[in-house]
Amino acid sequence: MINRNPQLDENGVLQHLLTTEGLPASVLLHILDTAESFVGVTERDVKKIPLLRGKSIFNLFFEPSTRTRTTFEIAAKRLSADVFNLNIAVSAQSKGETLLDTVNNLSAMNADMFVVRHAQSGAAHLIAKHVQADIHVINAGDGSHAHPTQALLDMFTIRRYKRDFRNLRVAIIGDILHSRVARSQIHALTTLGVPEVRVIAPKTLLPKMVERLGVHVYHDMAKGLKDIDVLMMLRLQNERMKGANLPSPEEYFKYYGLTPEKLSLARRDAIVMHPGPMNRGVEIDSEVADGKQSVILPQVTFGIAVRMAVMSILAGNQV
Amino acid sequence: MQLPDAEKAFDSLAKKIQADANKDFTLVGIHTGGVWLAERLHQALGIKQPLGTLDVAFYRDDFDKIGLHPQVKPSEIPFAVEGAHILLVDDVLQTGRTIRAAINELFDYGRPASISFAALVDRGGRELPIAAQYTGIMLELPADKMLELKCGKNGKLSFHLYDKSLPE
Repeated sequence: MINRNPQLDENGVLQHLLTTEGLPASVLLHILDTAESFVGVTERDVKKIPLLRGKSIFNLFFEPSTRTRTTFEIAAKRLSADVFNLNIAVSAQSKGETLLDTVNNLSAMNADMFVVRHAQSGAAHLIAKHVQADIHVINAGDGSHAHPTQALLDMFTIRRYKRDFRNLRVAIIGDILHSRVARSQIHALTTLGVPEVRVIAPKTLLPKMVERLGVHVYHDMAKGLKDIDVLMMLRLQNERMKGANLPSPEEYFKYYGLTPEKLSLARRDAIVMHPGPMNRGVEIDSEVADGKQSVILPQVTFGIAVRMAVMSILAGNQV
Repeated sequence: MQLPDAEKAFDSLAKKIQADANKDFTLVGIHTGGVWLAERLHQALGIKQPLGTLDVAFYRDDFDKIGLHPQVKPSEIPFAVEGAHILLVDDVLQTGRTIRAAINELFDYGRPASISFAALVDRGGRELPIAAQYTGIMLELPADKMLELKCGKNGKLSFHLYDKSLPE
């Protein structure tokens, strides 16, 4: 088989989680269903289960991240795995070691799983292709390509509040062009049967031919937010502000920042999501971020349960 | 092979527990068959404490062999385990490994005053020092057969026998 999805083995069993693209709905739903059981675990006094006792999980973060790394660490610890955090930006690679040499060395230390964040798209795929068959790889964000656990926790949050994907209108708003979160969200939403996914952004922040992902394009919030059930905000990356993509944060906020007035154009029971960290006053107004329709903090809580589900499903899927 | 009537087995189990009804039990059913039984017992014995349910998938000892069970259900313990007299309920007792997992899980909710165990069927074949205080029926079965409890649309319980080597 030439075009086999690199995340699945020949029997269609999930071995790595690299992207939501090309994964069947059954795999996505299995992760969401399993995560439901982990929510219960995280609400107990003893927030730990013995499932991954003795397993070694390495967090390989080649790009700085606090929240994602911490939630992966918490998830692994609640599964009783041993977690090792490698802040590679300041260690081996700065001494000139290649990515695969780093991975080889850690594999020689009997790693069972790698959680990888890298500024280059495809880094997690490269590692997954390279490691022995009994090592699992989770992509925690690669360049502007994919961030599948973020998308899955978003799907989990949507299902918790809206129950059924098949009658929803969802809008993804902001810097779609540079966003790995948006790509993973779009693939997950369309696979799970959301009939209408919209992207709302200025032309300079949209990839070319984004329609081919099955989304409807809007440049105007007033039109784009009509009848929307779920608003998925994206972080406007400060480092992009200085380039030619945008005139100024103030101007962006004026047209695309989510204010209570703009939110009132969506359905009255619409929920507001954000992957964090938020730029208050740039893509989202504080009144909305802290308001009744915001589910931003539940997203963080559910993120742990979803990552526990992914880790335990992968660790259990031995070849 | 003629299988016993599951409804009669249930009546026998309920009677045995009823004889100890002075005990202040809190019921916990193990998914899936144990939950059906616990619900029936909860009603039949008029127990006021809410019913708990356990899915022991996260505590099983065969994770390294067969991975995570495909259909994990949330465990729900809607009462304080600390100091409670818990009666665990399951359908088929064989190796005792499920009960080991269930006891471990319960202790992560608190320290119960006591745990006892009711099984609809004891088919022998123990691999751990575990016994049921209450048993509906005893049943000798060949080791390669799997006994499963099913619940019909009308709520009626029945036994089904499978070859372990064949997919269900």
